[in-house]
Order: sequence, then C-alpha cells, then structure tokens
Amino acid sequence: MNAQSQSFVTEDGRTIGPTVLDLRNITLRFGGVEAIKDISFDIREGEIRAIIGPNGAGKSSMLNVISGFYVPQEGEVWFRGKPRPAMKPYEVAQQGIARTFQNIALFEGMSVLDNVMTGRLAHMKTNILTQALWWGAAAREEEENRAAVERVIDFLEIQAIRKTPVGRLPYGLKKRVELARALAAEPSLLLLDEPMAGMNVEEKEDMSRFILDVNDEFGTTIALIEHDMGVVMDLSDRVVVMDYGRKIGDGTPDEVRGNQDVIDAYLGVAHD
Amino acid sequence: MPDQLLYAMEVALNGLMAGVMYSLVALGFVLIFKASGIFNYAQGVMALFAAMTLVGIQNGQVPFSHMINAALGTDIHHFGWSVPALAAIALTVVVMVGLAWAVNRFVFRHLVNQEPIILFMATIGLAYFLEGVADLMWGSEIKTLDVGLPQGINDWVDTATFDLFGYGFFIDNLDIVATVIAGLLVAGLVMFSQYTKQGRALRAVADDHQAALSVGISLNFIWVLVWSIAGFVALVAGIMWGAKSGVQFSLSLIALKALPVLMLGGFTSIPGAIVGGLIIGVGEKLFEFCFGNGQCFGGIIDLGGATETWFAYVLALGFLVFRPQGLFGEKIIERV
Repeated sequence: MNAQSQSFVTEDGRTIGPTVLDLRNITLRFGGVEAIKDISFDIREGEIRAIIGPNGAGKSSMLNVISGFYVPQEGEVWFRGKPRPAMKPYEVAQQGIARTFQNIALFEGMSVLDNVMTGRLAHMKTNILTQALWWGAAAREEEENRAAVERVIDFLEIQAIRKTPVGRLPYGLKKRVELARALAAEPSLLLLDEPMAGMNVEEKEDMSRFILDVNDEFGTTIALIEHDMGVVMDLSDRVVVMDYGRKIGDGTPDEVRGNQDVIDAYLGVAHD
Repeated sequence: MPDQLLYAMEVALNGLMAGVMYSLVALGFVLIFKASGIFNYAQGVMALFAAMTLVGIQNGQVPFSHMINAALGTDIHHFGWSVPALAAIALTVVVMVGLAWAVNRFVFRHLVNQEPIILFMATIGLAYFLEGVADLMWGSEIKTLDVGLPQGINDWVDTATFDLFGYGFFIDNLDIVATVIAGLLVAGLVMFSQYTKQGRALRAVADDHQAALSVGISLNFIWVLVWSIAGFVALVAGIMWGAKSGVQFSLSLIALKALPVLMLGGFTSIPGAIVGGLIIGVGEKLFEFCFGNGQCFGGIIDLGGATETWFAYVLALGFLVFRPQGLFGEKIIERV
C-alpha cells in the first residue's frame, strides 16, 4: 500500500483521506513563456488545499489545468488513481470537478435559481421529450434536482434572491451564487479561484464560514486560490506556494509560514 | 357597420396572417442570435434550401444530377419514385440537421471568439454557398411545393362574417394553417427552452461560454443543436412560403422582410419575433389600405400604392432611432 492511498490526521485533529487528484511534473507554456514549470502536488480527499503566490505566479493557470481549460505540454493529471487523458473543460466538469472563476462567470440574464439549476445538468438523465412534456420520470427527476438546489440555496442563505436575475445582484452576492452553482453539482473536487477577491471584511468572513461549512457538512474536497494570507492560514489544511511558475513551498500553514523561500518571495530579497 | 370599417377589418386580419409568415422567418434569426451571437444572414437561403430539398425528395429527383450526367455522360434525372409528403419532410429534417453539423464543423468551429462582424461575414458567404449548392443539387427552375396543405378561401369564415356583417371576409386557408403551425412551433420552442436539460444548456451557452463549459456543457453540441432547430424553423417557413408563392430564388429574399421584424421585436426575444411580425404584417396592410389607396379620412392622403415595399423599413428606422433594443429586446446596461 503506498502513501497516497492512506489517510492521516493533521495537527488540528482533522482526518485527511487518500489522494483525489495528483499533479505530476506539470509544465505549461504559452509560446516561449513557461507559466508553470515542472510542478507536482496532490489534493487529498476532504481537505482544503490552498494555492498561494504573488501575482503572475501561475496559480490560476494551475487551476485551469486541473479544470481542463488549459492542456499542459508536459506532465500528467491523475484523478482518482488513474491518469486522465486530455479532456475538454465540459468533460472535466461531468467527471465531478466544479469550479468558480476569478472574474465571476455567471449567466447574467438568468435568475439565481436557473443559474444554480445549471449546476445540476450533469445529473439529468431523462430524455428530452419527457422533459418538455413534464412527464413521469422526468418530472420526478426535475423535482429531485430542484430539491437538491433548494438545499444549496438554503445553505448559502440566498433564499431571498432566488428569482432575481443575476445581472442585478451586487458583487458579493454574485460570488455566492457562483459558489452555489458549483456546489449544486455535488462535486468530488471543488476549485475556487479567489473566492474572496474584492470583498469587504464582513463578506470575507461570511465566505470563509461558507467554505468551512461546505467542507465540514458535505465533506467536499476544496482547492482554492486566495491572496488574503490571514484567510488562507485559517482555512486551509495544506498550502502550495508558487512563484514565477515554480513550486517553492508545500506543507501545513505553519510549515509554509516558516519557509525562507516563501518569505523571500513575498517580502522580496536583496540581490547583490 | 360602414363598409369602410369592414374592409379595414378584413385588411387587418389578412395583415395578421401575413405577419405570422414574417414571424416564422424572424424566429430562425432570433434562435441563432440568442444562442451564439451570430446574425445569420443565411436564414432566408436556408428556408429556400429546405424547400428545394423537400420538393426534390418528394419528386424523387436525383441530387446533383447535372453534375453527375456531365461527369459520367449519363442521362439520369429521377429515381422514378415519389416520396409521400410526411416521409419527405422527415428526410428533409435529417438533411437540415446534417447541414447544421457541417456548418458548425467546417465554418463556425474555426471562428470561435471572433468579432461579430467576422461571424456575420461568414454567414453571408454561407448564404451564397448554400444558394449555389441548392441550385446544383436540385436545379434552378421554379418548382411547386405541394404537401397537401389546404388552400383557397375559408368558407366557414366567409359565411360566418357574411351572416354577422352582411359582408364575407376573404381569409386564405393556408394562412390559417400557418397561424396554427406557428403557434405550435412557438409553444414547442418555449417548452424546449424552459423545461428541458438541453434548453437550459442552450440558454446558458447564450449567456456565457466559459461558465457553460464549467458546468459541463459541450459548446459544439449546443451549436449543432441550435443550428438544427434554426434549420427546422427554416423548413417550416420554406414550406409555408413555398406553398404560397412557389419555390424559387426570391424565397430567400423573405429574409430581408425579417430584418424590420427583428428591429421591432428585438433580436433576442422569441415573443418579440412573433409580435414584431404581427405588427409589421398588420401595419403594412393597413397603411397601404389607408394611405396607399387613400381609403381613410376621406382620402386626404393618397400615396398611390406600393407602400408595402417600404413601410416596414421606415417603421424599423423609427425604432432604431427611439428604441434601439426593440420592444422586447434586453436593454443594454453597462456598469461603470
């Protein structure tokens, strides 16, 4: 039995499961620019894994590799113990990896409810004719999906804006709706790209609470990119630190905090 | 009731029916524009192509027979059978789905993320290409389309109105059928887009490509689907217009009549396409009656006829100036 399939207990007493996603020697180039240089790390079941680093470090590119928006030139993505072939983003989503975006990608013209319902698309199996006519199995399925969506809506406390077109919502609520849509898919891995960017302190606290609750109650594995160090250190079980496309640190928040390379990357270092 | 008013009512009613025909064409535009942001100039030619294919299949014509004969020195034109109307319609639907796939595979898949104007130019190219292919496949002579739709004056309306007003209205049976079919088509489209998984996916793609991908929607599948539906709507429009005025090149020009309808109704609204079509249909008939022929207000304005050719465009121009998003289009709001 190898180390990847074993569980272990963190210093906070949280149990972290076997590896869900394993990135092996990923290299991503845009023309002559290497955005990601030979990076390997894993994400384990039930943990909150943070990816941090200064601007332009390649964090979002990393998330885009995981969700299939970018295809790396070298390296392998292992998902649930198997190497994953090159996939389109929609195929990755159908496999149970949901995500949010740094610059919010919602369906602005649709209501909050409809937006969250799109998260359930991969769970709808009945055929198109019975769906159009609201018939038998299709009606039951729609009700089940609707119930699942309502649970998520309750959970994220957005009941009051259920019917509001998303385009009319303020920024903080949009971020929450985007999280709701990702959650509705009941993902086995949830990717959050700067879930707290541009929020005020209160909104950040709310969002942190939701992320922790999601992880606690649904046991969802979460990988997140975040700039707010306080938030990252509080939320995450393990942290990967990137700088100029390289991995410069990997470990628990305390280990990372004490890492000299990480301190240099964030505070700058004198070159003589 | 005064005769003048009765005439006006009959004219308005006929205008409504003509409006339904405009709406049918406009619908195809709206569907593609909503889902992919492409203004499909080829929609009218698609209607022509669909109608020609239907007639060709029905008559058992050999496609590309001129080319085949020229290349092989043979002299074949017909298979020697004729296909029943319903089967021919089903086969034409298959052809239109194939066309949708080909258009997406060979044209628009290579133009993802391009400027709208480039996509628009591509549809102009597509229109000319498709027109040529249609001629090559089925020949360019004028054809009659007969799928067994009732035509001629509706006796029931004639008698009923005669009993009521002492003046029988002339309503064409074909127009009544067109109205019923357009109603069914719209009901079907609404049910599809509101209640089905694919419909929801379609609305999602129309709104945001990236977000759609992230919830597991295949853009290619949705685009083929939407072009197929537009092809189907084009077929319905082609059948109606073809039955009314024969299948010939001018059929593709009905697309031009759809433009003012779209400006009125809004490019993104299915109800808008319907209401816009009806307003233009009634508007141009009544305007012609009142001011083209000088039948209203004692004939103070008499433009001497032929107002129908320009009325719709002038109305559309007015809308462009005062309400550019149309009656039902989404208002464009930008946050600064």
